[in-house]
This record gives sequence, C-alpha cells and structure tokens, in this order.
Amino acid sequence: MTISLSIFIPFIAAIFVPFLYKRIQSRKIGWFVLLVPLLLFVTLASFIPSIAKGETYTHTFRWIESAGIHFTTYLDGLSLIFGLLITGVGSLVILYSIYYLSERESLGRFYVYLLLFMGAMLGVVFSDNLMVLYVFWELTSISSFLLIAFWYHRKKSRYGAQKSMLITVSGGIAMLAGFIMLHTMTGTYSVREIVVTIGQYTDEPLFVFAMLLVLLGAFTKSAQFPFHIWLPDAMEAPTPVSAYLHSATMVKAGIYLVARFTPIFGGEMTWFYIVSSVGIFTLFWGSFNAVKQTDLKALLAYSTISQLGLVMSLFGLGSAALNEGHSANSIIYAQATFAALFHLINHSTFKGALFMVVGILDHELGTRDVRRLGGLMAFMPVTFSIALIGSFSMAGLPPFNGFLSKEMFFESLVNARNLELFDVGTMGTIFLIVAWLASVFTFVYSMIIVFQTFFGEFQPERIEKPSREAPFGMLLAPSILAILVIGIFFFPNSIGNYLLRPAMAAVYPTLEGAEGLTPQIVAWHGFNSPALLMTIGVIILGAVLYKFYRYWRGIYTIAPMTWNLDAAFNANLILLEKASHFFTRLYMKGYLKDYLVYIFSFFIVVVGGAIVYTGSYTFDFSNDAPVTANEYLIVLAMAVAGLSMLFAKSRMTAIILNGVLGYSIAFFFVVFRAPDLALTQAVVETVTTALFLLCFYFLPDWKKERSPIGTKVLNGLIAFAAGTIVTVLALTVQGNKMFESISVYFEDSYQLAGGKNIVNTILGDFRAFDTMLEVVVLFIAGIGVFTLIKLKTRKEGQDFEDQ
Amino acid sequence: MKINDVILQTVTKIVVFIILTFGVELFLSGHNNPGGGFIGGLVLSSAFVLLYLVHDIDTVHKGIPFDFKKIAALGAFLAVGTGIGSVLFGKHFLTQAAGHFNLPVFGETELSTVLVFEAGVALTVVGVVVTIISTISEDV
Repeated sequence: MTISLSIFIPFIAAIFVPFLYKRIQSRKIGWFVLLVPLLLFVTLASFIPSIAKGETYTHTFRWIESAGIHFTTYLDGLSLIFGLLITGVGSLVILYSIYYLSERESLGRFYVYLLLFMGAMLGVVFSDNLMVLYVFWELTSISSFLLIAFWYHRKKSRYGAQKSMLITVSGGIAMLAGFIMLHTMTGTYSVREIVVTIGQYTDEPLFVFAMLLVLLGAFTKSAQFPFHIWLPDAMEAPTPVSAYLHSATMVKAGIYLVARFTPIFGGEMTWFYIVSSVGIFTLFWGSFNAVKQTDLKALLAYSTISQLGLVMSLFGLGSAALNEGHSANSIIYAQATFAALFHLINHSTFKGALFMVVGILDHELGTRDVRRLGGLMAFMPVTFSIALIGSFSMAGLPPFNGFLSKEMFFESLVNARNLELFDVGTMGTIFLIVAWLASVFTFVYSMIIVFQTFFGEFQPERIEKPSREAPFGMLLAPSILAILVIGIFFFPNSIGNYLLRPAMAAVYPTLEGAEGLTPQIVAWHGFNSPALLMTIGVIILGAVLYKFYRYWRGIYTIAPMTWNLDAAFNANLILLEKASHFFTRLYMKGYLKDYLVYIFSFFIVVVGGAIVYTGSYTFDFSNDAPVTANEYLIVLAMAVAGLSMLFAKSRMTAIILNGVLGYSIAFFFVVFRAPDLALTQAVVETVTTALFLLCFYFLPDWKKERSPIGTKVLNGLIAFAAGTIVTVLALTVQGNKMFESISVYFEDSYQLAGGKNIVNTILGDFRAFDTMLEVVVLFIAGIGVFTLIKLKTRKEGQDFEDQ
Repeated sequence: MKINDVILQTVTKIVVFIILTFGVELFLSGHNNPGGGFIGGLVLSSAFVLLYLVHDIDTVHKGIPFDFKKIAALGAFLAVGTGIGSVLFGKHFLTQAAGHFNLPVFGETELSTVLVFEAGVALTVVGVVVTIISTISEDV
C-alpha cells in the first residue's frame, strides 16, 4: 500500500506546484518540492532492513479485471535499489537546482515536469503488471521530452527533445508488442507470475520475438549502440535535468528492464549473446567517442553511454548463470550481475557529482568548452576536489567506489573467459580486450576532465564571466555525492549485504540462498589478481595516451569515425516527412465533399463487400410491429424534407429543412414511447440549428455547383449505395439474432442500480465508463473549438523565433 | 446589426426561467423518470442559447458572470472523480452507490452517487455548448 501511494505522491504534488508557485513566485518553491523525494527516500529506506531479510511487498488495486490488468506494485531488492536511486539522487538534484536555476526561469513548470518524471520512474520500477509498467515507461519518455525541451525557445533543445522521444517511444512500442506476446504465451501480465511459469514456454515460437522486442525497448531507453545518438542531444536540457535523467533515472530504466527480465529470458543463449555484445560494444564506442569531445557535457554524455554499456554487458554475462542450472559455474556468472548492480549504484554517485560540477563551471564561467578552461584549481578548490573524486572513481582508481566495481568487472570477464561458454572461437578473449581498451579510453577522458579543466594555464580572456567558487548551496549536493563515492569504497559490504543481496535474489529466484551468491567486496585481491594487473595496465597506457593525445587524435578523422549516425537519423527523418507529405497531399484536397466520397466509398467497399461476400443478408419481418399511418406520415415528411434540400435555393432553407428532418426523428421517438431520446433529439436539434445559424456568417455564398455530369452520376451512385447498405444492414440486424437479447439484464435496473429509468441506469451505472469518456471527449472538443477560434486571432503576427 | 425586439425579449425573460426549472427538474428526476444529466444539461444550455440569441453577449455575460470553460472542466472532473471515489472505498472504478434517506423537507428521498456523476455530465454539457456557441458568435 505504501509503495502504491509513493508512486502517486509525486503526481499529486505536481498538481499543487502551480498553485503554490502562484503564491510564492521565487526559487523558494524548490524547498517545498524537495520535501517530496526526501519523504519518499526516507520511506523507502525504512524498508531496507526487512527487504534485506528477504521479504517482499505487493499490493494490488484491482483494475481491469477482464483483461487481467491490475495496478500491482511489487517491492523487492531490485526495485528498492532503483527506488532509492530515483528518490535519493532526485532529492540532491532538486537541492542543486534551487541554486542553479535563476528566478527568471519558469520554475513552476520545471518542478511540475520533474515531479511527473519522478513519479513515472517510480511507476516503472515498482509496477508488477506489464501494461502498467508500459504506461509509466512511456510517461517517462514524455516527461523527459518536456524536461529536455525546457528551454523550448532554443532550436537545439527542441531537436534534442524530439530525437530522444522518437527513439525511446518507438522502442517502447516495440516493447509493448513484446509484452503482448508474453501475455499471449503465458496468459498473465504479472511479471512475478511469468517468472514462475516461463519455463514451460521457452520453446514457443513467440518466445524469441518477445525477447527481441523487449530488448529493443531496453536498448533504446538506455542508449545502447546504435540508439545512443539521442543522449548527447538530450544534453540541451538544464544541467540538473541532465544529472537526473542521465546519471540515475531515465537511461537506467533500460538497465532495470534487463535486470527484471533476466529471470524470464536469461536462460536463453540469444539473450546472453545480444545483451553482452551490445553492451561491450557500446562500452567501447562510448568511451572512444567521449575522448574527442570538447564540450564537457557532451563528454559526460558519451561517458554515460559507455558506462551503461558496461553495466549492460555485465547483466548479459550474468544471465549465463541461469543457463547453467545449479553449479559452481552459475555462481561465477552471477558475480557479473552483482558487479553490474554495484556499478549501477556507483555510477549514479560519481556521474551525478560530475554532471553537477560541469553545471557549476557552466554557471560560474559561462562556458563548458575544455579548450577554454584551465587552471581553475586555485579559484575553485571545492569544485576541483569533487571533480577529482568523481573522475578518478569513473576511471577506476582507488580509493573510490568506481575502483571496486571496475575490478569486479574485469574479474567477471576473466572468469567468464575461463569457462566453457566462451570456448566457441575466441569470443571471450575479444571481449576481454575490447573491455580493457574501453577502460583505457575511460581513463583518458576522466583525466581530461580533471587536468585540462583545473590544471594548466588560467586564461581569463577566454571565459565569459569572472571565475570564483560557486555558492555553498550549489556545492552541497555534489559534495554529498562525492562523500558517498569515498564512503562506499571504505564500507562496500554494507551496501552489498543490505541492498545487493536481496536484489541478487530478485534476479536469480532459482539460485536464492545459494552459497556465495553475494560475495564480500574486498579492495585488495593480492598482487596476482588479473584484475589488478589490468587496472595497472589501464593506468600506464591511459597516461601515455593522455600525454600524447595531440599525436594520435588524427585517428578521429579517418573513415569509420566520420560515418555519422546522426546524419543518417536526420536524413531518415527528412525522408519520412517528405514521404508522408506526399501521401497526405494525395488525398487531403481540402474539400469536405471529397472526404465524404472517401468515407462513403470505404464504407461501401468494406461493409457492403462483407455483406455480399458472406451472403448474410436475411430479412425476417415476422417479429416486426405493424406500421401505422402516423409512421408513414413522418417518413413521408422526412423524405420530402430530404429531397427538397437538394433543390433548396438558399442556405437558410436548407438549414431549416435539415431541422425538419431532425425534429421528425424526435417525433419518431415520441411515437415509439422513448421520451428520453425524443427530448434529447429535440434539444440537440434546436441547439445545432442555432449553431448552424451562427456559422452562417463564415460560409461562402450558396451557389449551385457546376460539376461535370460524370461526377454527379458517381456521387449519386455512392449516395444510393450507401443508403441501400444502411437499410439492408438495419433489416439484416433485425432478422438475425445470434445471441439472446441482453435487455432482460437491464430490466432489473431497479434492483441492480436503484433506478427505474433504464436508459439512465445504462448511462450512469452499467456503462458509466463510456459516459465518462464521452464527457471527457466533449470537454476536449469544447476546449478545442475555443482555442481554435480564440488563439487564432491572438497569436497572429508573433511567431517563435529560433534563438 | 441592431436587434431590438421587445416582445421576444420580454417573453424570453419568463421563458428562460421555465426552461431552467424544467432542466433542473429533468436532471433531478433522471434516475427514475425520463431525464438525466445529459438532457438536463442540454435543456439548461438551450436556455442560455436563447439568452444569447435575444440579447447580445456582453449583456448575458454581465448577468451570468461564469466562465463556462471552467464549468465544463469542473464537470469532467466530477465525472472522473466519482469513478476514482469508488476506488478509494476499495470498489471497482466507477461503482455507484445509492441509499434512501429521510430528509426533513423532502421526506423519504433516494440519494445516490450517480447524481454526482450525472451532475458532472450536465455541467460538462452546459459548459461545452455555451463555450462553443459564445466563442463562435464572438468571433463574428
């Protein structure tokens, strides 16, 4: 229950922010918003002891019973880690943003988006139901779109937001298809139930497709190659957003999905190969590209891509444990998952700190370009210390937490190479070399952050603002993260025992309680440890490469490096726009008359075709009531009105004749003793006729159309055919009763719903969902009309200029 | 175009009240007799439409100073809100409840949550119809 509520608290808070902002109108609003993630963090943290004991919590709001869709939340070790990251880093980011964003920004809007995003992320990690998870998943895409486009007057922000949304949402839709396939196989949407029963379904043909589609969702979200291109562009967002989205949350949703689905798909070799190789390649590609960046934020973006690749590849390696059954080997593979989870936490701490440092530099100096920076150590000692801690942790140096997880990463690779799984060819060795090279580049760019920015010569003429240390408040959040970076290094096992152990149990439900599933993290493995040797190698080669960067950077200008995925994406986008423009132009003529022709032709072909094809037109008049003279009269009146409309000389006549038709229908209802319908029809007719008369002013002059005789004949035929089909359809429906009439059910309306008026109980009780949505649609239509007409006149002449 | 139709204006003054009363009656009696939120709302809005037709927009706005967009929003909110309300009591979404109460003036009266839901429908209908008509006519 607590967990279900905790998802909604950010959303509820988001509703109140605009009202609060109206009253305060200053950056103080941030302090109020800060309470939300803090409260949630404390609540979630209070679950740590019981989760560490192996307990899990579920809570279900029954929702759509018939489709098996319920709002079920599930708290286990895995979702707890992510929940703590989302709320913990979220608190720090909000604390940082209070000082970072100026009061002139529309802070109300900013915090609404941020809270929406936070709620959506919590929804993703706590949902047990696949459909609910999907809804929250896409909500993270939408809210991050809003966040990235926060400075929407900049063209680049809009481009970055659109790009990230296009890529992540299309991945999300693929994932939805995968979820539906899973449901088709297993008959349930609950992740927990699927984990239990999936063993029976691994041979189904859909299984592999479902896996690939789910992976597509995960890869697009966590920016794996070749979907990584959105992440650097997403850096157009304000820095607090970048720190939040790209260190702790949005991109980690993909990681979460892979971790969550490891018990489902992990036993499959396809999963193992795809996840580990995509991860390793992304690790390499990201780190290799990060080195050439001159914008510090872009550098961090590529570094995030690469670090996510690292975590992804570890999850891939770890999944092999499920393939092995209970054996010593499976425990060795499982260590990779342990390393992945550990690195996930570490990455959030050091990358969050680094993003904030870059934000401070940008804020205080007005530039993030490494080529302009230098010698800042003397002016900004605190910022420098934080940057040093973060970068060295990222490079995998002691005594920082990145060292521990980097060592575990190397160790897992070495172990995996020695096992038979990799004996096919030399894949294991290639993996090891690629990962090691990637680490070298990681070392190089980490050094760039520290040395090129803070050491060397200070060039005051190349920066835009005078340099000084950032205010205390802005340094507070990154300092906390930096302290964590060191703290985790010295006390890694408290995290290991309390957070990682239950998460491991969640990823490996079959191995739960196995000996050595949660290893003790130690910093020192002795001189013979291959991981240590690899780290030393990384430091030596990395230092050499950093020193001589000038001489080898030419490598970035040769062929494969200049192939640009971004260009391909843009070209595709333009092509897509052109194609859709072309096709739209084919049928969008701008004449209402043409659209009616399309609609009715389609109707004739599909409905008429179906009737003729199935031969299902039967006429059964035996049950019909006799037709009385009154009814003949009304029909006659309607027919006359309808026909004379064709020959009307003025628009006014036509409108009035149309009214005659409507009122005659109301009469019909009266004759058939349906007072509700008659009343409704009469009032609707009155109001629409009044509306029609209002629109009169805008319509062009009423003139007889001079169209060629062929068109007239064709239109006549279409009209005749459509009318015939409707009549045939009505008669056929009357003659064919495939099911018992359900009116008996509604006749009990007084017992069931306490109302004597059947029509009304149907609208208000039995089918209230329809009515509710109709009301909403009506409301949207009203607002639509209002904005179409009002804003057209107000906005004229003021366009948004690109800045 | 200047309209100054004294007879129509005088008649309207009386008729509007009859229509409004009828609309409320339709709305309230909806659950057991012909009527309900949708028709009630439509009848109410037809009264407003009549006012708009007879007087000009500014006069009507002075007399009825509501923002009809907000009324429509309130209606939609009520309709969705009653649905969520039942969830808070652990029932299915949109479950309605009814009960008989002995009220001081009305005597034995049936009260049900459907009434709130229907009120939402009615308010949305009124709000939307009047919004559409007044925006279109203001644009002239």
